[in-house]
Amino acid sequence: MTSPILSIRDLETHFFTRGGVVKAVNKVSLDINEGKILGLVGESGSGKSITGFSIMQLIDEPGRIVGGSIKLKGEELVSLSERQMRDVRGKRISMIFQDPMMTLNPVLKIGAQMTEAITAHEKVSKRDAWQRARDGLAEVGIPSPEERLEAYPHQLSGGMRQRVAIAIAFLNRPEFIIADEPTTALDVTIQGQILAQAQKLCSQYKTAMIWITHDLSVVSGLADEIAVMYAGRIVEQGPSALVLNQPRHPYTAGLIKSVPGKHMVGHRLYQIPGMTPSLLTLGDECAFQARCPHKKDQCKTGPAMTEDGARLYRCHNPITGLNISEELGA
Amino acid sequence: MSAAPITPVAQKENRFAVFAARFFENKIAAGALVVLISIILLAVLAPWITPQNPYDLGQVDIMDGRMKPGEEAFAGYTFWLGSDGAGRDLYSAILYGLRISLMVGVFSGLIALVIGTAVGLIAAYAGGRTETLIMRLVDLQLSFPAVLVALMLVAAMGKGVDKIIIALVTVQWAYYARTVRGNALSERKKEYVEAAKNLGLSSSRILFGHIMPNCLSPLIVVATIQTAHAIALEATLSFLGIGLPQTEPSLGILISNGFEYMMSGKYWISVYPGLALLITVFSINLVGDQLRDVLNPRLNK
Repeated sequence: MTSPILSIRDLETHFFTRGGVVKAVNKVSLDINEGKILGLVGESGSGKSITGFSIMQLIDEPGRIVGGSIKLKGEELVSLSERQMRDVRGKRISMIFQDPMMTLNPVLKIGAQMTEAITAHEKVSKRDAWQRARDGLAEVGIPSPEERLEAYPHQLSGGMRQRVAIAIAFLNRPEFIIADEPTTALDVTIQGQILAQAQKLCSQYKTAMIWITHDLSVVSGLADEIAVMYAGRIVEQGPSALVLNQPRHPYTAGLIKSVPGKHMVGHRLYQIPGMTPSLLTLGDECAFQARCPHKKDQCKTGPAMTEDGARLYRCHNPITGLNISEELGA
Repeated sequence: MSAAPITPVAQKENRFAVFAARFFENKIAAGALVVLISIILLAVLAPWITPQNPYDLGQVDIMDGRMKPGEEAFAGYTFWLGSDGAGRDLYSAILYGLRISLMVGVFSGLIALVIGTAVGLIAAYAGGRTETLIMRLVDLQLSFPAVLVALMLVAAMGKGVDKIIIALVTVQWAYYARTVRGNALSERKKEYVEAAKNLGLSSSRILFGHIMPNCLSPLIVVATIQTAHAIALEATLSFLGIGLPQTEPSLGILISNGFEYMMSGKYWISVYPGLALLITVFSINLVGDQLRDVLNPRLNK
């Protein structure tokens, strides 16, 4: 067993609001190995983006990491000072954001923004930085990169801008990349290209990656492993194929069932009944119990992570192999 | 491929051309810009196009005092705009006065711009107590009438171009600081700042390299208006006799010098410098208004 690039143990990020403490990330543990992609799936507000920002340690007030550890190749990140963390950001861990329209500075040239990412961490000449930026653009399949370096973000299309963002993320050959829904703002044809590009670069440079998304169809082809997050906790985690084909947790099953493609024309689309619970009032109980079709009395006390072969799940009454097809409505 | 090849150079020219075209859509603003450029040219070229150096006492003849417009000077040239009580050719004096006015306005504007921008950016980025302290200081500054503050400062420091500039900067920096802080606050929340943090860039680099360039267009507008304001304020101080020295009259002093002759029919000594001041300030304001309309993305058609 190789040691993971990034190892998160019992990470807790809380937001101290006027209404009370919001446990946005509640005892999350993850391991990501070299060259592997982990799909972190969950609906809005499940804490998946906060997990990403926690790794970067860019949690804004009133939020704070209150517990747990994040180790990059064995080195603890949580205890690093802001100054030390700045050397990690963009160099050893980088991030790709959701909206490429917003993440590039509108008034700076692409070339300036790319070279800055290099010179912030290395003493290189402007010429070399420029050359590396150009190679970076070529690598993500941008035609005539020399010209694009002179362009402003508004002169590029959305897909092109996201390629630039990916190129920037890979510029310093980071060990780990956090991709926070990078394809959500793009149309489907571009999505595919971006996914393929990211996958290719990841295996080429053996970069570990966490791909945050709410879209199961995105991770199904991309991720080696999937972790499903609900209300700040990971409810199920395991190899992609296993989790997607034989979900144990009713929430995972509900998510899979909600993908519109699985439905017959004329039938009502499936939706998970109810709403996400307020993180303010959430106690020890299973967070999903109010919406769960398999709810039992014991669900009032939260289930622990259960290990089941290659996977982990957090449920008292998991879906078993026998009723799986019925659960997924296939 | 999703985007056709582009030539950035052509695009850049295009951007400027679009900007220029939109500026000149308004004929009044276009006229104001032409007037303003002419005024600047006249002021800059003053030593070569005026018959007299009004600051050189050897060239000023008291016998030429209070000549009507069109009368001829002892030295042979014509007083097209008349002369003042000391025998200065008003046309020459106005151009030299404009030099001082524009210089004082532009310099104080620039210094206030730099100070105000830095202070406003720091306030927005630091937040918390630093921001509160800076912004209360700004409020305090803005709660006093500008003329009053400037009057007190100049009265305390004494006459001179440098002192006037210090006084004008003191009065003006707060406007810039407030504008910049407002813009920087909204820019700071944008995702590109988050992305820059994620690249491991330092705070100062993010602040001055990323946020500041995005705050520039409203600043250009404030800067033009404030320059006009500074010119008018300098004239006010000089008119009140505490601005610049009498031997080097600015527009305000010329107006004030002519004031005593107004009732005796010698209108030109005050009126022509007054008109020059009016046209200058007015044209700068018109240009500034149009810049605001062109640069404001919310008014984009």
